[in-house]
Amino acid sequence: MSNERTIAGHNVQVNDEGFMTDINQWNQEVASALAEEEGVEMTDRHWEVVNFIQDQYKKEVALSIRKMGKSGVVDIKEFYSLFPNGPLKKASKISGIPKPQSCI
Amino acid sequence: MSEAAQESATTEVVDEKRIKKMCLILSKATLDNVYAYFILANGARMEGIEAEIFFTFFGLEAITAKKLDDLHVATVGNPAMHLPTMLGGLPGMENFATSMMKKEMEKLDIPPVGEFLDILKASGVNLWACKLAMEMFHLKEEALYSDIDGVLTVGSFYERAKGEGTHLLFI
Repeated sequence: MSNERTIAGHNVQVNDEGFMTDINQWNQEVASALAEEEGVEMTDRHWEVVNFIQDQYKKEVALSIRKMGKSGVVDIKEFYSLFPNGPLKKASKISGIPKPQSCI
Repeated sequence: MSEAAQESATTEVVDEKRIKKMCLILSKATLDNVYAYFILANGARMEGIEAEIFFTFFGLEAITAKKLDDLHVATVGNPAMHLPTMLGGLPGMENFATSMMKKEMEKLDIPPVGEFLDILKASGVNLWACKLAMEMFHLKEEALYSDIDGVLTVGSFYERAKGEGTHLLFI
């Protein structure tokens, strides 16, 4: 199911859980607004993580906490502090990619 | 009640019932039990749920430095193996099943036990060793994985499990 939402003045398609369904509709304004809804204030470090996540998505690599820790961009501890309470889910939502299906 | 108020009331109820903390008690250290618990603990943290593991009895092996990367799958007394008990007891059978399982785990991006402990710690999972079991096995804290949070009595562990939305699991 896809619904249309206006986020930061842009019309974007999201699913029932609020994840964007078309990464081409993503931009930094949308991301910042989504981050605010998740209680995250974006800094340079956040953007670096978002860039990495989008890059992995484009390469069709499924993300996990372990992979984030080995990314060279962020370690697991920092990842949890940048995106508290469910980092992989939150960071994916802000990055405009589908909810990760990983259990680890 | 207006629609919006009703919706917010529903959200509150859902939020109250939300799991806030998982307290896991591990009393066995077969590879499958250990992985199940580590995945549950890590999965909790990934959802913003607090997680603690209390290692007691044979579960202590999963945090004993010299043993933790050499845990095995049980091939005897495990009907899900679909292997006759007599065969399961043959020399090498347990090693074979263990190495098969480790290979499959790696394919799924599930780390070895030692690395998994590092991930759990970095994710904010608290790891506790059971005081009585330590005494029973004559284990010193120095023999344990270096990053555990401490040695606790059962009472102190229960103390950490108080509060609404906390669930206790034992295996």
